Amino acid sequence: MEHPLIDLVNISKTFDNTMVLDDLCLSVKENTFVTLLGPSGCGKTTPLRIIGGFEKPDTGKVIFDGQDITNLPPNKRQLNTVFQKYALFTHMTIAENIAFGLKIKNKPKAYIDDKIKYALKLVNLDGFENRSVASLSGGQQQRIAIARAIVNEPRVLLLDEPLGALDLKLRQDMQYELIRLKNELGITFIYVTHDQEEALTMSDTIVVMNQGYIQQMGSPEQIYNEPENAFVADFIGESNIVPGTMIRDELVEIFGARFACVDKGFGVNRPVDVVIRPEDIDLVEPEKGTLTGVCTHLIFKGVHYEMEVTTPDGFEWLVHSTDMCPVGKQVGIHVDPFDIQIMNKPESEDEEAVGVNE
Amino acid sequence: MNKNASRFLAGPYIIWMIGFTVIPLIMIILYCLTDGDGAFTLANVAAIATPEHRKALFLSLGLSLVSTLICLVMAYPLALILRKRNVGQGSFIVFIFILPMWMNFLLRTMAWQTLLEKNGVINGILSALHLPNLAIINTPWAIILGMVYNFLPFMVLPIYNVLIKIDDDVINAAQDLGASTAQTITKILIPLSLPGIISGINMVFVPALTTFVISNLLGGSKILLIGNVIEQEFTKGSNWHLGSGLSLVLMFFILVSMALMAKYDKEGEGTAF
Repeated sequence: MEHPLIDLVNISKTFDNTMVLDDLCLSVKENTFVTLLGPSGCGKTTPLRIIGGFEKPDTGKVIFDGQDITNLPPNKRQLNTVFQKYALFTHMTIAENIAFGLKIKNKPKAYIDDKIKYALKLVNLDGFENRSVASLSGGQQQRIAIARAIVNEPRVLLLDEPLGALDLKLRQDMQYELIRLKNELGITFIYVTHDQEEALTMSDTIVVMNQGYIQQMGSPEQIYNEPENAFVADFIGESNIVPGTMIRDELVEIFGARFACVDKGFGVNRPVDVVIRPEDIDLVEPEKGTLTGVCTHLIFKGVHYEMEVTTPDGFEWLVHSTDMCPVGKQVGIHVDPFDIQIMNKPESEDEEAVGVNE
Repeated sequence: MNKNASRFLAGPYIIWMIGFTVIPLIMIILYCLTDGDGAFTLANVAAIATPEHRKALFLSLGLSLVSTLICLVMAYPLALILRKRNVGQGSFIVFIFILPMWMNFLLRTMAWQTLLEKNGVINGILSALHLPNLAIINTPWAIILGMVYNFLPFMVLPIYNVLIKIDDDVINAAQDLGASTAQTITKILIPLSLPGIISGINMVFVPALTTFVISNLLGGSKILLIGNVIEQEFTKGSNWHLGSGLSLVLMFFILVSMALMAKYDKEGEGTAF
């Protein structure tokens, strides 16, 4: 069993009377890519700043490699941060920026020069040593910010929405680059983003956060395929969340129709929430469907068509399919058993509050 | 706006500039380069080399430099604190610092005269407490005090204005990379706020170099700065030619100072207030 490199223990933090983190516990193993994912204002940046040392938790401890570093200033921590707006030193050249941490540590000049070369090569910006910060594009500045951090050989790299300011194409390129860097360097990445696609692409572990709480933690597949509550289901990708009743194991009733599923252990005749991804709904002939409805909406999205099928109870099912169904046509809805994800209903109002409000 | 309209709108300012800056400047140059009979001469400029003028110029340069340095040493930490407190331009602390600037300069300096006098307020309090009296009125120290007091806000504001524009994360990044607080200040904050520092130095040094009111009021008649010498040539000595010559010499130092500012503050960051 690998021991955790970073342990956040019962961290709480309040800003201006607003509880940002409430009794948060999080363990990060060595050499993993962990993403804190959530909507803006969900408190996902605060754990990063607490690990980096820029904020002190009101209560709780930060354990790094078995040592309590809660009160250690940032300059004494064995980790580095890549900031959202790059935070490069504009009065220095690129080489001076990258050398900053090494010069502070009084490393020999030859070592520093080697490191600068190595880091620039790693981020595909060879020969940029003497350029000024202002002459670089956003994406290039971001790479320099990463280079500046990794030359210090941190055990953990903290990244605060580093791709937020880049355009789509560049963002996708940088995603692959970050995965490559993580594998080449073999260090732990803790990454903060509100972009679920980014999180799914890069992470070993995703931590979905909302309102200061961890909603779910797991691999990208687990988070996407087996969301534990309505918030996660709705935030990660698109989904149909419908009320249902668990008749017995492996059988759920939705709007009076019975669907076979693979979930067990929810009891008998118990109300549940059911998540069905739009791409998992098959539109079939009306008589072959478990439920029938009318197609009420159709948009071409490029890769697929986006359709809405309204069933007699008034629910609008979101459907993604490469096959087109014209508006007004009667269709049947069929879902394979393993594409149905059953979730417990929220038990308290508190849990309800973390639900969907978009 | 079309070109003609903007020319028209700039008119009052241009007339003002021509009437009260350009023409006087040309007249000073003319006076400077002629003697009482209207003949060309460089004697008025060369007069700076006479011992009494040289002494006044060096004293002015010395006192202005010392005052500027004191202002800088006092203003920088203050600007850093203001930045760290994250107080906006409209906050009370900033207000306190700007407040004296709204009061008449002459009045403020006269107030210091009253405070520092032999039988003034400060010595009154010191006597009442049986402490030795302060005897700095009519010494260069009183002039430095007056300069620092009057010009300190002009040092604080440009530095503060540059400092608040530095992103918190730039400072966090320096610390993240291992820099101590002192290293962050010397390697990041001071270089990044250099435009503000240069601008502040100018805004203190130039008026301090040319002042004659502060030295008149707090230095008594014994201490002559170059400003006092020029003032006397124009008012009492009635030698406008000599006064103009010395003015131009002084202007040379001001231009050097401005040129340095232009070199280090290309974006004009430090002057924005």
